[in-house]
Amino acid sequence: MSTGIQVSLGEVAASLALVAVAIAVSLWRRTDLEEDIGIAVIRSAIQLTAIGYVIQAIFDEDSLVLVLALIAVMVVFGAFTARRRAKRVPDALGPLIIALTVAAVGTLGLVVALGVFDPTPRYLVPVGGMVVGNSMTAAAVALNRLGDEMTDRAREIEATLALGATATVAAAPGVRRSLRSGTIALIDSTKTTGLIFFPGTMVGMLLAGADPTDAVRLQLILLWVLLGSVALSALTATTLAYRNFFTSAHQLRDPPAP
Amino acid sequence: MLFELDGVWLSRGGETVLRGVDASVPVGATCIAGPSGSGKSTILRLLDRLADPDSGEVRYRGEDVRERDPLELRREVCLVPQLPALLDGTVEDNIRFAAGCGGRDPDVPGLLALAGLGAGFAARDGARLSVGEQQRAMLARALALEPRVLLLDEPTSALDPDATAAIEATLAGLRERLEISLVLVTHDLGQARRMSEWLVRIDRGTSVAEGPTDELLARAAS
Repeated sequence: MSTGIQVSLGEVAASLALVAVAIAVSLWRRTDLEEDIGIAVIRSAIQLTAIGYVIQAIFDEDSLVLVLALIAVMVVFGAFTARRRAKRVPDALGPLIIALTVAAVGTLGLVVALGVFDPTPRYLVPVGGMVVGNSMTAAAVALNRLGDEMTDRAREIEATLALGATATVAAAPGVRRSLRSGTIALIDSTKTTGLIFFPGTMVGMLLAGADPTDAVRLQLILLWVLLGSVALSALTATTLAYRNFFTSAHQLRDPPAP
Repeated sequence: MLFELDGVWLSRGGETVLRGVDASVPVGATCIAGPSGSGKSTILRLLDRLADPDSGEVRYRGEDVRERDPLELRREVCLVPQLPALLDGTVEDNIRFAAGCGGRDPDVPGLLALAGLGAGFAARDGARLSVGEQQRAMLARALALEPRVLLLDEPTSALDPDATAAIEATLAGLRERLEISLVLVTHDLGQARRMSEWLVRIDRGTSVAEGPTDELLARAAS
């Protein structure tokens, strides 16, 4: 599908000129972001180089067990990262780990079963990385919203419980809005793709010398796969996490102030 | 006795809200009165198990409320919370939602009439009602469950004197027509005198007096 492309370290280093522009803007307009930009550049270099070696090792071994191990590590790191956005959700880590696992396993399993990709590391590693990354963002946004919904609308939720409604029924409007929040960004970007931005996979393939038709087809597959994984992740995270706001007697753990 | 509280303690966010409350609430109309922050709304929430005490016991008709299914209890002992607490949608949506929780088919115009609202209110958006109308819509919604007890949390605190008198008249009418018991939380002793036969006075998280309303208020005045 694609041809090889060589990128020298010199070329990578040259692109630092644009980082210098970003730092210059920060210094000139005193946005106080120089340090963050520096950290971002150093971290991206270290993290991507490291993952590059890991991926190379997995490709060399050609082992599905290593692929699964890599995805498991990404799921755990993704869940810890997403938990920072979901501070108002009690015990969010468990739901996040399950959500990312369901999204990764469900999505990759389905695309392999449908014959979209071969079950080899060359496909599963990059697609798995995209799936976990996007699922993490969706779950984090959804749980961030869920925390706000359950806290800010506690009075309405308790009023519903007072009518003899179950916790599931009382939480349903907030869960629905959270699920929507978690998935809407990807849906919107999928709608505008090709019009106002070129997605990364397509850009990468074109730069690597691939035929534009192939680049577009692969990009479509990935966009549609991501839609499914993001929906699965946000659905699982919200469905599991809303329960943590209630006791088994359908009471809010943190009721509104009288 | 309708309700009995026996040595009830409750803390929230590290702060002790109730300090060993002992109280009894007979069938009929009872007011739980006290200054704001005294814990009276919290007591109301214990009666239908929207919260459980840290220690002590709450009994409904002689049975520990923790022995009851909380959802069934809340349909029988229905709390009308302080505003704003209507769900999104029309007044009829709200009434039908509540009736659905109890598996009932509501007589919407009849329930609106009981709460002192005309049939035309069914199609009105809950968010666009006045405070007094919202209070009545919440009452109609609670009545859709055909409860045996209504718990009312400061039902007139946001109303002017005319609207307060009108709601009080509606509640008195409900008692006569439906043989329903009322437990009403208020900071207004005048309302306690008008609305209740039994009074429980709460101060700083503990019950300081209880008895027939007239006797208790006469004793306080002398």
